[in-house]
Amino acid sequence: MTVQAPAAPTKATVRAPRRRVPAAVWLIGPSVIFMILLLGWPVVEGVLQAFQDENGFTLDFVTRMVQDPYFWPAVRNTLLLIVVMIPIQFAFAIGMALLLRANPRLHKVHFFVWAIPLALSDLAAGLVWLSIFNDRGYLNSVLAWLGLEGSSWLAYDNQTTMFICVLIAELWRATSLVLVIVVAGLQGIPKDYDEAAQVFGATFWQRLRHVTLPLLKPSLQVALILRTILAFQTFAVAQALTGQNFPLVVGETYRWYTGLQNPNVAAALALVILVVSMLTSIFYLRALREKNQGGTR
Amino acid sequence: MNDRFASTALPSRRSMLLAGLGTALSVPFLSACAGFDTSGAAAGQGTVGFLSTQFTPVEEKQRYEQVLKKFVRVPVAYNSVDPGVFASTVKSQAAAGNIRTSLLGGLHGELAPLAGSLEAVDSILTDLSGRGFTKEMLELTKAGGSASKYVPWMQATYVVAVNKKALEWLPSGVDVNDLSYEDYLAWAKAAKQGAGRPVFGMPAGPKGLHHRFYQGFLLPSFTGGQITTFRSPDAVAAWTYMQELWDNMAPASTNYDAMQEPLSRGEVLVAWDHVARLVNAPADNPDDWLMVPAPRGPKGRGYMLIIAGLALPTGGRDRDLAEQVIRGLSEPLTQVETLRQNAFFPVVQTELPTDLAGAVALEAAAVRRQQRSAGALLALPPVGLGTKEGEVSQVFKNCFQEICLNNEGIQPVLDRQATELNTILKTLNVPCWAPDPVSAKCEVA
Amino acid sequence: MTETTVDTAPLKRQKRNRVLLQLSCIAISLFMLIPIYLISLAALSTRESLNRFPLSLLPTSFSFETLAAFLGSTGVFGALGNSLIVGVGTLLLSAVIGVPAGYALARFAFPGKEPYQLFLLFTRALPIVVLSVPLARLFLTVDIYDTTYGVILLHTALALPTTILISASVFLGVPQDVEEAARVFGCSPLGAFMRVVMPMALPGIAAASIFTFVMSWNEVLGASILTLDHRTLPAQVLTSLADSPLAYRFAGGFALVIPSIIFIALMRRYLTNMWGSTIR
Repeated sequence: MTVQAPAAPTKATVRAPRRRVPAAVWLIGPSVIFMILLLGWPVVEGVLQAFQDENGFTLDFVTRMVQDPYFWPAVRNTLLLIVVMIPIQFAFAIGMALLLRANPRLHKVHFFVWAIPLALSDLAAGLVWLSIFNDRGYLNSVLAWLGLEGSSWLAYDNQTTMFICVLIAELWRATSLVLVIVVAGLQGIPKDYDEAAQVFGATFWQRLRHVTLPLLKPSLQVALILRTILAFQTFAVAQALTGQNFPLVVGETYRWYTGLQNPNVAAALALVILVVSMLTSIFYLRALREKNQGGTR
Repeated sequence: MNDRFASTALPSRRSMLLAGLGTALSVPFLSACAGFDTSGAAAGQGTVGFLSTQFTPVEEKQRYEQVLKKFVRVPVAYNSVDPGVFASTVKSQAAAGNIRTSLLGGLHGELAPLAGSLEAVDSILTDLSGRGFTKEMLELTKAGGSASKYVPWMQATYVVAVNKKALEWLPSGVDVNDLSYEDYLAWAKAAKQGAGRPVFGMPAGPKGLHHRFYQGFLLPSFTGGQITTFRSPDAVAAWTYMQELWDNMAPASTNYDAMQEPLSRGEVLVAWDHVARLVNAPADNPDDWLMVPAPRGPKGRGYMLIIAGLALPTGGRDRDLAEQVIRGLSEPLTQVETLRQNAFFPVVQTELPTDLAGAVALEAAAVRRQQRSAGALLALPPVGLGTKEGEVSQVFKNCFQEICLNNEGIQPVLDRQATELNTILKTLNVPCWAPDPVSAKCEVA
Repeated sequence: MTETTVDTAPLKRQKRNRVLLQLSCIAISLFMLIPIYLISLAALSTRESLNRFPLSLLPTSFSFETLAAFLGSTGVFGALGNSLIVGVGTLLLSAVIGVPAGYALARFAFPGKEPYQLFLLFTRALPIVVLSVPLARLFLTVDIYDTTYGVILLHTALALPTTILISASVFLGVPQDVEEAARVFGCSPLGAFMRVVMPMALPGIAAASIFTFVMSWNEVLGASILTLDHRTLPAQVLTSLADSPLAYRFAGGFALVIPSIIFIALMRRYLTNMWGSTIR
């Protein structure tokens, strides 16, 4: 990458490589110690529940989880939602960030407005969208004012509209998270590069593809990882809109833990989320690595 | 950190603002060490910490705090949480051996799973025996063990709320106060046709109580039992009925947790639900509403009672004061006041006052009719299931899901769910509860 | 515009693009604002008006009744104070621990870098509900249960992955030669970091702090299992909202949003401080 590449040789001469490892340890150490002290024991205790009953090791709870009628629909919905939502969300967020960079009138106001959904808890977001999509909600009210027949957007036998409603609500709620990370990342990219490419006659798409996106890679990587992990964690919106008709794995975790009072099966479900999240993160880390890793060595 | 980097690195107006903000916000941080009191416990020693799952809505909580203040002579910090947090809090405090509460309040189904962390209250119940708790109620308080784990606090049941607009579709010759399940279905069909959309609803949302409808109303009325008859031919008839009823109900019902909202929005005109979850529907215009008993079926008018109880955590604080609160709360006067304010009915023997406010008066009348009607058949919430309570309820919800929503064959679903139910019951080895005959061991026949 | 002799197509295209740009920004802003508008509308309406159909889309029946009832409930102001303490405490603690770690992640190559990143994510990838009982037990045992300190610690653990990863991604974008130049001119490593790197990384730090504060402000589960009499605002009111009539839920949702919106408004300045200023 253009920014870091020239710096690499200089660095080697200024600082002796041997000193680096201890420095990194000093900087990283506190976070590791903090996390282990605080969460180490609860995590071990919580996770082991999935495989332990009074008599020791057991796979009963895993079997229980897999046999539950809501399990596979929940897995399917979770994956479907994430696979459809994340690309749309990133396209939107990058587009929005570029719009802002083009310096439209009132861009500060626009940016503030676009960041507002961040402030809403997912419970509040679910409430707002429920008031829009429910049978006697704002959407059907608007249709009624226009003299049109409303529809039961969230009815259990209307899987498609249900999914679209959840998707719109989630796009609204969580795109700002990606946007803010991307905007923060764009700050570090001097406009000169883009302008230089423009002088040489590169089209908008060429500039996006070869200049802006590569430079944004570190931010996009972080945004992808965080957004995906958080997407596996949120269900309040889907639950508010669809109840039990669009189950998500994390919602099932809560149902087993609080509703059914079975922490063991809940722990097994939590492990499913953990494993899938970690695999996705590893994938993102590897897939987006080569070049930015070169810059930082 | 924030103000440090800002002041050294970027001494501009903005960074001054940030530094100022940081300082301003650190002031409360330094002054209030462990945080501000939010439950009224700051009154200090001798305040009873009362953790409860009931009366979480702001208004209800405020009203109940007034009741406590007026009728209980001990200062009480009333803390209402959702059932999940309630269970976690009690369990973790017991596990850490560091009990921070003195009194727990919850529904039978919420207290029963925690029985291991609750103190026996038999002595208190003996002292209070003059109050007139019923035999069934006292049996419930044992939560499957031999000692009573809670003192009955309040009770509630389920009735049907009717917006008078729906009466125009009531089949002729039918008494709305004595509906049969067939009448109820015919009415739902006629209303759907008349209104152009289904106007009957039920609380089938994720926090809705529809499983109580199958456990305590539908199945007892059709089969005379709850567990033993779970997959009998009568049960198949009940679920066939349910399938047809569901076809005439608002599909949005799978989103409803408490029916008072869709009722007061006019989305639904007739609905069965818990009295406390219906009471706000007629609150503003009680004259437009009726409250009627649940329908009767071939085997009688099945109805379920829900009991809330007061429990003492083992090793809890201020034990004596907490006992005093329990005594205060079981005074007939307090019980009646609770009914007036928050629509939960007394568990002690007492005459209900005649000057109740609109909605509560409607409910009180319906409850009385339901309990005293010919063929009334009392069903109890599962007795002695402990931590498995939720999973048994889930079996009934799954039946609804598979039979009504997925339209699967009834008998196979019931057979499959019966196996599930028997697996749970086998590990527990508990006797059956009303309306099933109290046999040595409860299982699906 | 009939006397065109020169080719004005590019100019026209540019003009059209400007108009398109403005229009798309406005469209997105509307999409973002409409739900916010509706929640404020509902929060300030009377209870009856929310039951009518079709719902009115204009403020016709103003009422502060529900909002007032919400603000008047026991402990709301104490809870507001607790939330501020927890939010600011979490912000400071996670910055102190997280920003150096993010810097290390961006600047140093060390073995175990990827495992370290995964370790950070690990805590965020596990639904904390399954940790409720062990976590509360731990806090009870070391006796910080029911204090704001305990909640600060938990929220910091939840915020650290975001803080570290976001700040790392931004430090990556700060050219290393700038920092080295500062060293050549006699700055200490810390001095170079503070005077040169930090200002350039400010947008990222601002973004991370927005996430931290907002996360802490909205977090319910952890705060409600770790406290009893010293609750934060969401823990105090959100449980009460779940079962409340619709009008109260809107009022509560509305009241809860305002502080985080103010916070975002304040931090937004740092997020975009570079466009058209320091670096062009």
